[in-house]
Amino acid sequence: MIPDTLIKETVIELLRKASTKLPTDVEEALKKAFDAEEKDVARMQLSAIIENIRLAEQMSTPMCQDTGVPIFYVDMGKVKTETIEKAIRDGVVEATKVVPLRPNAVHPISRKNPGDNVGRDMPYVNFSMSDHDYLEITVMPKGAGSENMSALKMLTPSEGLKGIKSFILDTIVKAGGKPCPPIIVGVGIGGSSDIAAKLAKKALLRPITERHTEKEIAQLETELLEALNMTGIGPMGLGGKTTVLGVNVEYAYCHTASLPVAVNIQCWAGRRATARIYENGKVEFVTQRS
Amino acid sequence: MEKILFTPLSEKDVVDLNLGEVVYLTGTIYTARDEAHLRALELYHEGKKTPVDFSSSAVFHCGPIAIKKGDAWEVVAAGPTTSTRMNNMEPEFIEKFHPRAIIGKGGMSAPTVEAMRKFGCVYLAITGGAAVLAAKGIKKVSGVEWYDLGMPEALWIFEAEKFGPLIVGIDAHGGSLFAQVDRDVEAILPRVKARLGL
Repeated sequence: MIPDTLIKETVIELLRKASTKLPTDVEEALKKAFDAEEKDVARMQLSAIIENIRLAEQMSTPMCQDTGVPIFYVDMGKVKTETIEKAIRDGVVEATKVVPLRPNAVHPISRKNPGDNVGRDMPYVNFSMSDHDYLEITVMPKGAGSENMSALKMLTPSEGLKGIKSFILDTIVKAGGKPCPPIIVGVGIGGSSDIAAKLAKKALLRPITERHTEKEIAQLETELLEALNMTGIGPMGLGGKTTVLGVNVEYAYCHTASLPVAVNIQCWAGRRATARIYENGKVEFVTQRS
Repeated sequence: MEKILFTPLSEKDVVDLNLGEVVYLTGTIYTARDEAHLRALELYHEGKKTPVDFSSSAVFHCGPIAIKKGDAWEVVAAGPTTSTRMNNMEPEFIEKFHPRAIIGKGGMSAPTVEAMRKFGCVYLAITGGAAVLAAKGIKKVSGVEWYDLGMPEALWIFEAEKFGPLIVGIDAHGGSLFAQVDRDVEAILPRVKARLGL
């Protein structure tokens, strides 16, 4: 049995790690982008970003004031837990104080801010099961600047792959400099409206250096990356070669009569952190989900 | 040579700025996002005063992370928020309150560009997400108003010293770097579509 206290402590540490240190794949991509840019204005944006990442890590301070809302992915494995959702919630409340995180969660209509980042269905936890001998918790702090530019479209099957590409391009062009480019693009194809949206977000958990295991999807990712960077939107929408750091696509089978497509945009601060907790109390922080 | 502007800003200070120029700000800066814009305009319409005087000021689209140490607030991270969310309020805000600079990210729409031209105001872009770097330029929090709106939406009063670098994204003459980039993107789109087989 994994005690709630251990889950709570791990959640605090995950939120601290995610908020203050960027995953290596994203940081490397930003440095490469800086080397590739020629225009002063683009280089200036990327140099500020790279310097900011360094300072955040050095000072153990959140790299962005928008520490987002925490989206959790929990794989229960074969382990036993107590009241895991409450433990995660308690971890978020405590992390808000100690990291610190900005209190972002508000009631959607009254806009009242309780100040502790929790509320009805906040944080949102996506549960899955597997036969692992550990509990795996991943957190993705998701900022609103990028999330607000995300989109869903129910295409007709006849619109096909061209319709999918066209919708993705439109979404990125419309977003322009607003989601803090260079961005990471998560795409969810198929399923149903909600499944496509979930896949698009989940796609952002995959390192951008890793392509989809199926060749056709991997090719689509590479093609989209190249094309989206041709737009010239550039860092912060001020023009440049780097608009997109990576494109990750996930798909699910869907109804023969529908073709849902969702795009979830992540800002340059593509934050995520994962931990595995074993029943003997061992906690491992890993760079990638299993 | 680095150009430093001091708040309160004069009309000449901002009218002289060129698109793409890099500047820094020293002096008092007010934050205002969605809710603070709404409230300020509501008060104006009710004939009431706002707790600070926005005229000749620099208004920062920002919701910081701040921590209270004793009686004083300290800024931990304070990057910009997406300015376009204020598009529907900013032209009126500029007309009624006469700030000289709006600081944010992502640019603003044509009606705001026009209001800036008409009333002598500029848009200064600061790198989105670079919140630790931005906080280094904020030396002191001299106050916070409207804290009932929550930490991000409250009106924070910052004392800045060489806050930046900031890029003049919209000048006081109707020019916008963001509109220029939009036109460039529009022009290249046919080639992007061809690359995707569209």
